[in-house]
Amino acid sequence: MITSNKNFAIETKNLNLWYGTFQALFDVNLQIKEGQITSLIGPSGCGKSTLLRSINRINERLGYVRIDGDIEVFNKNVYDADVALVQLRKQVGMVFQRPNPLPGSIRENVLYGHKLHKPGKITRHQQDEIVEKALSQVLLWDKVKDHLNRPASGLSLEEQQKLCIARLLPVQPKILLMDEPCSALDPAGTAAVEELIWELRGEYTILIVTHNMAQARRASEECIFMLMGEVVEHSLTSELFVTPQSTKTADYIEGRYG
Amino acid sequence: MTTQSNQLASFDQRDKEWYIDKAIQIIVFMSGISAILFVVGIFAFVTMEGFGFLLKDFSISEFLLSPWWEPTDEDEPTYGILALVAGTASVTGLAMLVAVPFSLGAAIYIGEFASGKKREYLKILIELLAAIPSVVWGFIGLTIMNPLIIAVFDVPVGLNVLNAGIILGLMAAPIMTSIAEDALKAVPDRYREAAEALGATRWQVIYKTVLPAAKNGLLGAVLLGVGRGFGETMAVLMATGHAINIPGSVFDPVRALTATIAAELGETAVGSTHYEALFTIGIFLFLITFIINLTADLIVRGIRKQ
Repeated sequence: MITSNKNFAIETKNLNLWYGTFQALFDVNLQIKEGQITSLIGPSGCGKSTLLRSINRINERLGYVRIDGDIEVFNKNVYDADVALVQLRKQVGMVFQRPNPLPGSIRENVLYGHKLHKPGKITRHQQDEIVEKALSQVLLWDKVKDHLNRPASGLSLEEQQKLCIARLLPVQPKILLMDEPCSALDPAGTAAVEELIWELRGEYTILIVTHNMAQARRASEECIFMLMGEVVEHSLTSELFVTPQSTKTADYIEGRYG
Repeated sequence: MTTQSNQLASFDQRDKEWYIDKAIQIIVFMSGISAILFVVGIFAFVTMEGFGFLLKDFSISEFLLSPWWEPTDEDEPTYGILALVAGTASVTGLAMLVAVPFSLGAAIYIGEFASGKKREYLKILIELLAAIPSVVWGFIGLTIMNPLIIAVFDVPVGLNVLNAGIILGLMAAPIMTSIAEDALKAVPDRYREAAEALGATRWQVIYKTVLPAAKNGLLGAVLLGVGRGFGETMAVLMATGHAINIPGSVFDPVRALTATIAAELGETAVGSTHYEALFTIGIFLFLITFIINLTADLIVRGIRKQ
């Protein structure tokens, strides 16, 4: 991956996607840089979540999704026949719109992914280290260290969302996909999770869908504007919001629709 | 102005719609509580019929601990239900051994793997299976299982715990499947999505996430099956061999509590001790199935609340 001269983490090539007969994505060509935070904005129904969810192929759960074109993650098309979904999802973690901690304790949540991908016994001590490291990285350790065995569902939404990020980290993904990770949170929670996402920049390639333009502006380095299943504009966040190239983008960021 | 004040006054008049609405409220309320009234009424009737026995001849230690059910003995009739309880329990236990893997497997397949049309057809089929009358199952026990068991295991009689257990297990499996499938469906989809996005395989999603989350509902399904087993009459009457016996192996014939009532009640004099003793068995059965069903219900309700 490092040897590759074009350090893109994700690349889509002429990506078209249909739900049944409805076409949701039209010829999407994108290049997402490694180690950056890229935000995807656009009005609801523009295909930004669809695009995100087809990168780790979680969209396939629906059963009636058809795809044409390539999505390359580190130069490997994830729709190739020889791709193992389990390995793909180990590399590409996902955070959902509503915090979705698994049933079970905080500790079990953090260790869930690790147990899937690294089968075999590890000592209690090693487990403790993994839990502490992951929870510290999401700035949650101090708050929950004394009740790791409590059910994760008892946490506040903000803490749940942080936990959902924390449980991705022990399997050491390269890419984090985030689907409106703050939309269920209050302003304080949003600020806290945004701060966390900003902290993770560099170590992970982060692609974040948001309907909140202020958030995209604050918390991303590059920004992609989508409309009706097409990519309208992809540029540096600082440029897109100041000097948008397309009038559609300009209209959207000024709030004329969406 | 005057018309307005007329209009204001008009809403204290009860019109036809008001009376219809009231009447329907009362009818719906009556229908709602009638189920409770019937249950209480039946329990009261059964208790009253068995009451004479409970007062006069009833000895709790003999009733529960004696294996001798000899109500027609001329010198010294005994009313011990231990052998009957053993019969019912052994048949139900074996039935659960048969039904749990079948119904759990079917529920997992229907709930987690089958999709679209296949799933709908299977669900309809399961409902149809649940609707097969128990006498038909008993008939299968008599005419198919009986010779089959004799041939396969080389035993003299094929009407025994094994026969009744298998028949009852197959009988209880559809309803258990249906309830277990509901329990699996009640597990929020975001759990599956979360587990899958973390890289769990389909099987890992099921056994690490879905089954633990649904365990109360699944337990409820099993308990309802047990309740069904305790209460089932006709099929066990036909398939157990109907011999009073504490079974030593699955090839021993037994007799069930329910079957005893069904077989003997018609031949006793109303009001006789034997008649009253049968009703006492009825009370006993009623209490046991009530407790089992209540437990199952509370467990299932517990998961709904979560």
